[in-house]
Amino acid sequence: MTQRQVTVEAEVGLHARPAATFVQTAAKAPLDITIAKGSGKPVNAKSILSVLSLDVRKGDIVVIAAEGDGADEILDRLAEIASAP
Amino acid sequence: MNELTGTGVSPGVGFGPAFVLNWEPPVPEPGAGHGGDAEAERARAERALADVAADLEARGARVGGEAREILNAQALMARDPGLATGVAGLIDAGASAARAVYEAFGAYRAMLAGAGGYLGARVADLDDVRDRAIAVLDGRPPPGPPASRDALDGPPGPYVLVARDLAPADTAALSPDVVAAFVTEEGGPTSHTAILARALGVPAVVACPGAASIAAGTPLLVDGAAGTVRPAPPDADVAAALGIAAGREAALAAVTGPGATADGHPVPLLANIGGPDDVEAALAHGAEGVGLFRTEFLFLGRSAAPGEREQEEAYLAVLDAFPGGRVIVRALDAGADKPLAFLPPPRPEPNPALGERGLRLLRAHPGILETQLRALARAAARSRADLQVMAPMVATAEEAAWFAAACREAGLPSAGVMIEVPSAAVRAADLAAEADFFSVGTNDLAQYTLAADRQVGALTGLQDPWQPVLLDLVGLAVAGAAERGRPCGVCGEAAGDPALACVLVGIGVTSLSMAAPALPAVRAALARHSREECVLAAAAAVTAGSPYEARAAARANLPGLAELGL
Repeated sequence: MTQRQVTVEAEVGLHARPAATFVQTAAKAPLDITIAKGSGKPVNAKSILSVLSLDVRKGDIVVIAAEGDGADEILDRLAEIASAP
Repeated sequence: MNELTGTGVSPGVGFGPAFVLNWEPPVPEPGAGHGGDAEAERARAERALADVAADLEARGARVGGEAREILNAQALMARDPGLATGVAGLIDAGASAARAVYEAFGAYRAMLAGAGGYLGARVADLDDVRDRAIAVLDGRPPPGPPASRDALDGPPGPYVLVARDLAPADTAALSPDVVAAFVTEEGGPTSHTAILARALGVPAVVACPGAASIAAGTPLLVDGAAGTVRPAPPDADVAAALGIAAGREAALAAVTGPGATADGHPVPLLANIGGPDDVEAALAHGAEGVGLFRTEFLFLGRSAAPGEREQEEAYLAVLDAFPGGRVIVRALDAGADKPLAFLPPPRPEPNPALGERGLRLLRAHPGILETQLRALARAAARSRADLQVMAPMVATAEEAAWFAAACREAGLPSAGVMIEVPSAAVRAADLAAEADFFSVGTNDLAQYTLAADRQVGALTGLQDPWQPVLLDLVGLAVAGAAERGRPCGVCGEAAGDPALACVLVGIGVTSLSMAAPALPAVRAALARHSREECVLAAAAAVTAGSPYEARAAARANLPGLAELGL
């Protein structure tokens, strides 16, 4: 299991545009990807409703995880989206 | 019927007959089952959700902009894989497709509603997707508001759209020619009705109790700033309300062209931008150039520093929008509160505002500044805009000299400094000997002068840009710049306040840069007053004892503001 831990920097948190971009990017990858807030329960990163339900705010830490070929690459991109201001 | 009061979320005044959108979304009965072919029922549910997603995306593509983003986000909900799993499970357990959709959405709905705030406001978006999917399964697509006035009886002219709540899919395609105002019983300032109303420039009142019981056809006078809805108002009141609104709009729109006082003293009006995406709004509001181009968007949230080529293209995208105009780029302004992932983590700073930030950070990592300045020089060489570069968080003349030398080394002709630290304002003449121009950042200047952290809400009174001491410091910066014949602009929030803008010009500030939407009001305010009047207003404000008195004293000397409704 590969994972990335990042702090969310966007003013709106992982909602609105950042959430949509995050989910759309995750959905394109042929891997199972999860996201968790802090040490909370991981949810499907391809599900906008699950990601919104985490209620990630600016300054929160999220852990994004995936396993398999290309995990590093997709996790880097998702980490960049999640931490963009 | 008495006047109704709600929350005004999109300013302006609208008048027209009520068009009441009354659609009670179908609720499938608990326990409703399917005929036994679970596989076929699952396929039906999948198709309905896919149809709704495609319809929302198509509507978004037609209107573009912010509405498109909102509708695409709703489409993502319809395509949610977690939701699809829930729907399939419920159908396998015997539920009809419609009931399965209803229940599967319900689980997420409870989570969002429980969170309240911004997420709570998304419940309306979620419900809309659910209702549309169920309506498709029932074979009864939901009605929307008429997209043209021709479809309605009664006098011509736009109508006031009244509903319990409005879905983005309904409001996105409307235009101010068709709709005079929105009134909803539910919703809040962050609801999508509010966001789309502002984007369309249509007045809107939300969270308005009693709105849903307004009878169709009732003439309504809606004030989207005050949050009031008056049913069947007297003609004279309608004429007066529309007259005031139209007068203000016309007065602001009538003043175009470069910024200047009534007697022709030029004051370039520039926009503050955070990246190439903001250029369109700057141009739309008549910016003559850019007075503050924040470059942090290129650096923050990156695991590696952006390359010279990437930066060059981003700068060029802005420069090309202002051929012959001025574009002032601020060098990277980072600090412990906005750390850069590609630098070693900063040592913990108990007070980041007073820490290693702005120019101090650039001096600690000179390679980053060198690349940025080289990229700027390359962009300038390919463009017809007048590129100037300035340093953030400069406290001493020695720092100004260091930055100016770095800019000259890179081949950049104009190097300025921001005046944000009181020491820089007090010793402005020394800094002016090293820098080519000044730009006063009033927000940080207030924070440092009054020792009031910008992030602490309880201290907003000390952050008031009308604090007379700030006017004193702007005066010192202007005088120091003038000794060396240097220009001194202002790029803080203060520049976007029409009254304060006049005062700053009276103090001797040579250009004003602000958020683009503030430009028309500042342009109109300057055009109404002579430089002499601005000087008198400044003198009155500077001698006041408090922000409140300074504002009142300045306004007493600026009679044109009231005429403009500002």
